[in-house]
Amino acid sequence: MPVSVRLPTVLRTHAGGLSEVSAEGATIGEVVDDVVRQFPGTANHLKAPDGALHRFVNVYLDDEDVRYLGGLDTPVSDGAEVSIVPAVAGGTG
Amino acid sequence: MLRLRRQQWIEMVAHGLDCLPEEACGLLVGRPDGSIEEFRPCTNTDRSARTYAIDGREILRVERGLDASGNGLEVVGVMHTHTHTEAYPSPTDVERAALLAGWHFLIVSLRHPEPVARSYRISDGEVAEEPIELVVR
Repeated sequence: MPVSVRLPTVLRTHAGGLSEVSAEGATIGEVVDDVVRQFPGTANHLKAPDGALHRFVNVYLDDEDVRYLGGLDTPVSDGAEVSIVPAVAGGTG
Repeated sequence: MLRLRRQQWIEMVAHGLDCLPEEACGLLVGRPDGSIEEFRPCTNTDRSARTYAIDGREILRVERGLDASGNGLEVVGVMHTHTHTEAYPSPTDVERAALLAGWHFLIVSLRHPEPVARSYRISDGEVAEEPIELVVR
């Protein structure tokens, strides 16, 4: 079943300007892979070279950070809302 | 070019001073051309004098609100303070900007009695300063 994936502003240029896309998958990893399949320009933003989630990206499943759930293996149920948000951080040290 | 209004500048400095001795941060809401329409102060979840981080759920809340308003405004950058160094991006700032090409990075240094602001674009690890225009009205 498709789920709705919310894209942050910085990713929309790679997804035809869309703020929300529909993706298929039973887990967060499958959903993210489907977004990358549909919009290859998002690949470098979402995935690390080893296939893990990019460390400067946070993915939320119904507002819960998936890193505190099951990571990419977190199951996604029908009607769930997945949100991709850039990690915004920095500082002098 | 980053275009700021006087009121936003006052809000940023006030937020920066309120958060001392920790770094302060907030989102710049405006248009991609660099016209800032709103400053949204955020919580520095690092609670640190040396680093800052904004909770993704706070960013999500702001972006959802902007999308729902339909007024064409978006998050176009981030402001943070340097409490004891100049207003220049640190190696951490540059590294953490990797996925934020196109954003405006406004740094306010509170090192001296008078706050100093400088703004940058950071792309592929390259730092380019941009002018700040303060709109007084």
